[in-house]
Amino acid sequence: MTRICITSTGPTLESPIDPRFGRCAYFIIADPQTYEFEAVSNEAALAPGGAGIRAAQTVVSKNVETVLTGSVGPNAFPALKDASIKILTNISGTVKTAIDRYRNDNLDELKAPGPSNVGKGQGGPGRGLGMGYGGGTGMGFGRGSGGGRGHRRRGGRSL
Amino acid sequence: MIITVASGKGGTGKTTVAVNLALSVQSVNLLDCDVEEPNVHTLLHHTDTMTYPVTVPTPVVDVEKCSLCGKCSEFCQFNAIFVGKTKTMVFNEICHACGGCALVCPEGAITEVARSIGTIHQSMSGDIHLTYGELSIGEPIATTVIREVKTNIKNGNTNILDAPPGTACPVIETVRGSDFLILVTEPTPFGLHDLSMAIDVVKELGVPFGVIVNRAGIGDDGVITYCKENATPILMEISFSRRIAELYSQGIPFVQEMPEWIGKFRELYNHIGKVVADAK
Repeated sequence: MTRICITSTGPTLESPIDPRFGRCAYFIIADPQTYEFEAVSNEAALAPGGAGIRAAQTVVSKNVETVLTGSVGPNAFPALKDASIKILTNISGTVKTAIDRYRNDNLDELKAPGPSNVGKGQGGPGRGLGMGYGGGTGMGFGRGSGGGRGHRRRGGRSL
Repeated sequence: MIITVASGKGGTGKTTVAVNLALSVQSVNLLDCDVEEPNVHTLLHHTDTMTYPVTVPTPVVDVEKCSLCGKCSEFCQFNAIFVGKTKTMVFNEICHACGGCALVCPEGAITEVARSIGTIHQSMSGDIHLTYGELSIGEPIATTVIREVKTNIKNGNTNILDAPPGTACPVIETVRGSDFLILVTEPTPFGLHDLSMAIDVVKELGVPFGVIVNRAGIGDDGVITYCKENATPILMEISFSRRIAELYSQGIPFVQEMPEWIGKFRELYNHIGKVVADAK
């Protein structure tokens, strides 16, 4: 049987998909023919760093052939490629919708990694002035994401 | 004695204070710990007498020996290792050089190789001994280079450390072990906001501290009120002045052209010396 992995915000087929790979809440490991699935909580979701790598390790351990997600960063991309996992993007709606689109062959293959830190938005108090990362992944759809990483520099270049 | 100059907000005048204090006191050991953007050396005429690299041990995997068992990846708390179907990949920028992966590898496939992540520069400017660190472009972990800068602290001397801005790891690495901390701020709501965050961190570290208000006269009285209410000593006020700004823009520390400030900085230094002596 074919096993695919969909990045999801929740543990069910009705959960909205999560466009972030490394920092999604759950991986739904599903059989696209029968819609049977297993929900795997992503332990890397809140990791301070290396989330994409840890997430890739989890996905590889589940022996999936294809990942359906929004964006894969520069570390996770070569990791998934080494494991011969195909990355399909351009998903939206629920996990079930994503599987439907996979069955209809209606998704785009990701050929290059997206920008780093796309999923990193949870700033603590007063972390407004970090670097912003714009994230279009270049497959005909745009996805803007701002990452507040305030720990680096705050107003250092002001007059 | 170790005096560190820090701030919550960037661009408040840490380097200005550190350099002018050093020039006023004389014969000090000045260390720029803002390794992501060192700039003390731009205000001092100096010639490098020595530079040396800062290296970290980084794991290298022998593909012949590696059985792809995954123990290294499982062990790594920083997620710096991925074990794939054909090879084990190490992500150097994420690695914190703990050496754990080499210890847990049952095949002995991991060796650690020195990798350069920055440079230490040492020079003399008059009677000031200057050390500054420079983190290589693209390297995310500043604390290793800061630790190396700090190995040049000389016991028995006066050491002045210029800290990076903010309240995160690089600041804590710099401030740790200091005898006194000068927090430079500007009298604006933004300056106050970041000053209060910095004070929270310093209290946690237990280092005695005081505030210098730079560009005094702009903004509002929020910083002054805050310091009064929290019994935080204001050590000095440097008024907002076109002359100081012009000198800074030419790379000239203002005590060199405005010698009336030398006495004020010396007074500050003596005051800090007393506070430190009393604390001991």
